Amino acid sequence: MESLLQLPWAIAMRALEYPMRGIQRLIGERRMPYVFVLPNLLIFGTFVVVPLFINFFYSVTGGTSLFPDQRPFVGAEQYGYLLDCEDYLKPFSCREDQFWRGIYNTITFVSFQVTAMVALSLLTAIVLNRRIAARGFFRSVFFYPVLLSPVVVALVWKWILQREGVLNAFLTALGGDGIVFLAEPQWAMFWAIFVSTWAHMGFYTLILLAGLQSIPRDLYEAAEMDGTSHWRTFRRITLPLLWPTMLVVLVLSLIKSVQTFDEVFVLTGGGPGTATQLIVQYIYSTAFATQVHNFGLAAAAAIVLGSVLLVLTLLQMRLGSGKDKD
Amino acid sequence: MKPYWAISMGATTALALLAFAGPASAATELRMMWYSDGNEGEVVRDLLDRFEKQNPDIKVVVDNVAYKAILESLPVQLAAGQGPDMARITDLGGLSKYYLDLTPHVADPEYWRKSFGPYLDWYRKPGDTTGIYGIQNQLTLTGPFINKTLFEQAGVAIPKEGATWDEWAAAANAVAKKLKIPFPIAIDRSGHRFAGPAISMGAKFFNDKGEPAVVDEGFKAMASRIKKWHDDGTMGKELWGSVSGSAYKGANEEFANAQVVMYFSGSWQISQFAKQIGDAFDWVAVPQPCGPAACTGMPGGAGTVAFSSTKHPKEVAKVMEYLASEPVITEFSARTLILPAHVGVAKKGVDFKTDIKLAKDALSAFTGHIGKLSPIAFKLQGYAYNRVLFNAIISRLGQVVVGEMSLDDAYARIPQDIEAQLAEQARKK
Repeated sequence: MESLLQLPWAIAMRALEYPMRGIQRLIGERRMPYVFVLPNLLIFGTFVVVPLFINFFYSVTGGTSLFPDQRPFVGAEQYGYLLDCEDYLKPFSCREDQFWRGIYNTITFVSFQVTAMVALSLLTAIVLNRRIAARGFFRSVFFYPVLLSPVVVALVWKWILQREGVLNAFLTALGGDGIVFLAEPQWAMFWAIFVSTWAHMGFYTLILLAGLQSIPRDLYEAAEMDGTSHWRTFRRITLPLLWPTMLVVLVLSLIKSVQTFDEVFVLTGGGPGTATQLIVQYIYSTAFATQVHNFGLAAAAAIVLGSVLLVLTLLQMRLGSGKDKD
Repeated sequence: MKPYWAISMGATTALALLAFAGPASAATELRMMWYSDGNEGEVVRDLLDRFEKQNPDIKVVVDNVAYKAILESLPVQLAAGQGPDMARITDLGGLSKYYLDLTPHVADPEYWRKSFGPYLDWYRKPGDTTGIYGIQNQLTLTGPFINKTLFEQAGVAIPKEGATWDEWAAAANAVAKKLKIPFPIAIDRSGHRFAGPAISMGAKFFNDKGEPAVVDEGFKAMASRIKKWHDDGTMGKELWGSVSGSAYKGANEEFANAQVVMYFSGSWQISQFAKQIGDAFDWVAVPQPCGPAACTGMPGGAGTVAFSSTKHPKEVAKVMEYLASEPVITEFSARTLILPAHVGVAKKGVDFKTDIKLAKDALSAFTGHIGKLSPIAFKLQGYAYNRVLFNAIISRLGQVVVGEMSLDDAYARIPQDIEAQLAEQARKK
């Protein structure tokens, strides 16, 4: 039965063998790896590199036309417009204050969300790595929100948090006053961070759990025999050996956090005012949600965002390579 | 076996050929993008089914989408040359560069001019005075609804025609205070909704040269009221304060749940309220609140337009002629409970198909508002880039009500936002 199931696979492999042999004869064995990465490179080139160049082109052109040949060249004008500020610490002093509000909101959101995400994922992974009752059930429970669509997550929490929502019903039942959570700037940002962390924590917990399980057991047994305290074991064994995995989690959550859009957009719509309007929402609104579609300004903002992400990724690569040398 | 094999091969080939060839006279398929506030989608489908029976060579596929898709996705599709053949839209002037001029394709252009005369300008590009681009098949007016039952329960007298915004606010507050209603007044979060009351307060929106000049004393009078009403609880922050930018937010759900005393929205809510509220409580369309300059709302509405990117202008024009015909407009209005813009139909009156007296009363109340509209309101609605104005207003006032900026800052920012957008719009290669 098994060999029968493998038959189509074997036929496909045999069919590929002859052309591959021909290519190898033609270009030599040393160049063969390039042939294998070519399909991925093509996909990456078509959907990432080409759009990147198109995006850059839009950022140095103006007008509202979508067709590149109808867009006048404006040079760095869009960037100049975005970066024209009297005081960069005061968004209102900037010509495009909404962009800077988006930047500052994103910095606040990312700082708190990534910190919470890494800390809570680590804590959860450590607990779930222990021999606790119903471990499998709890692992599923923490991972389940990851399977939900961000829109569903945001809508569920919106219903919980609204004036007549479950949380206010609970608060008033306890004798407190209801709070219109999503109409108060500080509360709205808090819940945006909370909901986003809740929705994605399971994914990072899973990565950290795999990292924890790859740490050899005998190190812990040796530490136990030496009478090392739990905290010292955590600091001297778990954390150093988990560091490469933590770095992956940190960078992934950082990039994901900077790119956050859908959950917060559905949950708060960027409000109240612009209290939770993140940079990606600014880009979207500028390009699509206004009567005059300012694709150039949105593209310039996207390039700025992309540059920040590039710096973060390079930083991660440098940190990662430093650790490898150790 | 051989003959059977030959027969089956022959039959398969014949079937395949038939499938690829298709019917001898394939119908022309047209696509129409459509959004609904109530049952408009069902009604238009029903009307088009009848059209297709009379014209078997044309098939109209109605793509029902959310209103947001009409505002945000359709313009991008059109800019990319990938739009549908027709669509139901509300940004009548903003999309004018994409419209198909129906004049050479329709049998009787004069019928269109007579029937939709006052509204044809809303669809035209600046400088164009003759083109026929769309059917104004829905006339809307912004205006107030009240929950009359709450007024009665609270024992508060309903302000009479001619009452000012301040008098209405005082009355709504008195009702809310007595009955612990969370929202004394709710106004849709929309620049278009703000415009009517602002004009009543004296806002002109344009200078003597006809250029946008939004911030004046009348505008400030209404904007400062909006701020004050949010501060003192007359308006809840959930509407204007809870989202950012130019995002629209209505309070129709809250009104239907009897959480709002006075709801300033528009005539398009009637069909929804008839269905959702029915006669659970007395919801009534009341006269426009007044300011020192006028007692006006804003006109508006939806139109069906054809796009110049269509490959079938003749067929499209045939569908448009059918949808613009007097009997079809009459039936569409009667079944959807929306006010007709067609001059002939409006003159004859429509027998709206509803058993709910409250809905009929509301429709006749809004019909009564038409003659009292300010000319400034008409001019603003006809301005091609009115959404640029509306978006700048709502975006900045939204920031004011949550305390992110002062009114003075908003007064400075609104003209800047408008100027920047119009400059980008004007930039050509």
